[in-house]
Amino acid sequence: MADISALNTTAMGRNAPAIRNEAPGRALSGPRGKRPKRVLSRRNIVLYGLLGLAALYYLLPLYVMVVTSLKGMPEIRLGNIFSPPMQITFQPWLKAWAEACTGLNCDGLSRGFGNSVRILVPSVIVSIAVASVSGYALANWRFKGSELFFSVLIVGAFIPYQVMIYPIVIILREIGIYGSLTGLVVVHTIFGMPILTLLFRNYFAGLPEELFKAARIDGAGFWQIYGRIMLPMSLPIFVVAIIIQVTGIWNDFLFGVVFTRPDTYPMTVQLNNIVNSVQGVKEYNVNMAATLLTGAVPLIVYFVSGRLFVRGIAAGAVKG
Amino acid sequence: MRSPSKKSGRPNQLFRNLNSKIALTPMILVATVIFFGGTIWTVVYSFTNSRLLPRASFVGLDQYQRLWASSRWIVSIENLAIYGILSLIFSLVIGFILAALMDQKIRFESAFRTIFLYPFALSFIVTGLVWQWILNPEFGVQGIVRSLGWESFTFDPLYNPDIVIYGILIAGLWQGTGLVMCLMLAGLRGIDEDIWKAARVDGIPMWRTYLFVVIPMMRPVFITTLVIIGSGIVKLYDLVVAQTSGGPGNASEVPAKYVYDYMFQAQNLGQGFAASTMMLLTVAIIVVPWAYLEFGGWKRG
Repeated sequence: MADISALNTTAMGRNAPAIRNEAPGRALSGPRGKRPKRVLSRRNIVLYGLLGLAALYYLLPLYVMVVTSLKGMPEIRLGNIFSPPMQITFQPWLKAWAEACTGLNCDGLSRGFGNSVRILVPSVIVSIAVASVSGYALANWRFKGSELFFSVLIVGAFIPYQVMIYPIVIILREIGIYGSLTGLVVVHTIFGMPILTLLFRNYFAGLPEELFKAARIDGAGFWQIYGRIMLPMSLPIFVVAIIIQVTGIWNDFLFGVVFTRPDTYPMTVQLNNIVNSVQGVKEYNVNMAATLLTGAVPLIVYFVSGRLFVRGIAAGAVKG
Repeated sequence: MRSPSKKSGRPNQLFRNLNSKIALTPMILVATVIFFGGTIWTVVYSFTNSRLLPRASFVGLDQYQRLWASSRWIVSIENLAIYGILSLIFSLVIGFILAALMDQKIRFESAFRTIFLYPFALSFIVTGLVWQWILNPEFGVQGIVRSLGWESFTFDPLYNPDIVIYGILIAGLWQGTGLVMCLMLAGLRGIDEDIWKAARVDGIPMWRTYLFVVIPMMRPVFITTLVIIGSGIVKLYDLVVAQTSGGPGNASEVPAKYVYDYMFQAQNLGQGFAASTMMLLTVAIIVVPWAYLEFGGWKRG
């Protein structure tokens, strides 16, 4: 046991930084080494059996959503949720998009989709712009107290939103943007900044210092180095930040419900109102179509960006 | 420390790195005014009897006494404790097992990873609504098993106050275990291949190598994962709203929902402030020891 623990500590010393910085990238490199020769060994059957079962469990809800959204109401009342549709209909999708009622308005999710887009685009741009500059300043232009500020920022990122919500309501009300899309954009920008700043700071701190020094010697200033050297080198981290922000802001519910009014509801709030409305017959097919429509944007981001998404969570989560 | 500009030796501290300070102004303003100002404001007003509007008439610990005397708050705390402990255990165990399986040099690794992780891209609202539908006693799992012949089969967690929190847990685990799997896999890939060889040479069975060598080596990954899951659990709100709206009765209430309801619906701000201060306290208990460990070590290193 003694040598194992010795092994343990030395390997720890070597591996701790690797886990932080390289592992997410290496995790993506796929299978390594020789492939096992016998395909149908008992070990493989158990291994793939377990993975297959788990995969079924994770896929089931997506299957149920799709299947239900393509059925008509009579078929839903008869069959079970797993049976495939006998007659495929897109009516529920149309209804969820254009006609479903959310409180006072009966123009479906289309309004919420528009709102969510108008919230998403400016919040993503502004928060990333501010955070990348802040991260750059924290990594390359330290001053007295900047380290302290950095630690404070990390602690601040963990404070539950609930504690700050009401003061923000008051501030937004005083400025006169409470309930408007602008107000929600401001809120998302504010709450996106700490985690993104950490992300950018760590990325910039990892870039070779010589680059920065050389630019300094050539007489480049704060903004010049940022624009000419740091920005062109940081495409990967920008993509990661965009993915984190797009999925995070699109999926938000709490801020949407607190800081908007019925005509400025984002899509998630509308969706919840459609499905959990008490009056009338529950149209499960419309509900599931609405659920899929709301989930579509993050799902597309996830499927398109694939590996980058994984890296994004690993980077954002491991260091967060 | 390694800032090059330090060497310029300009006498005035205030104007050193002025651009950097200007660039950080928005961030510093937000952090101090919103994060810390807002938090302190809420904590201070939790000692007042504010109802519809915040009022600065202090009543000591009244709100906290009322909070802890409220059965709804007690239910919220119990639910959060059950959900929190079980989801920590299960997501670590399931996440680690999945990661260990994925680490066996399997084919289709990226396909499996995609499948396990896609729920994490979905919002809690979407997750909650899907599982509300699957757990629907008439059409969902219970209905199907009954139609197969087991007429007395009962599985309606969202309609039974005794087990409703487990129904929410099922959905929460479905959404979050992919992330844990991903972090664990990254951790496993960070472990030296030689460790496995050494263990194999010594004839140690695989499960023992995992349990006594690999898992202890992954301590930093486990701690970070714990902190991430932990501070997420305290904020649990959307999932409950989407799945049960806190019902049946008050059976699936959670603290975050208590805060929202008292602040924005019951117009009882004082209670909302006190409850959110308790949430802050819970997070502090999780995060402060971790931050101390992380940054204590970071400064020394």
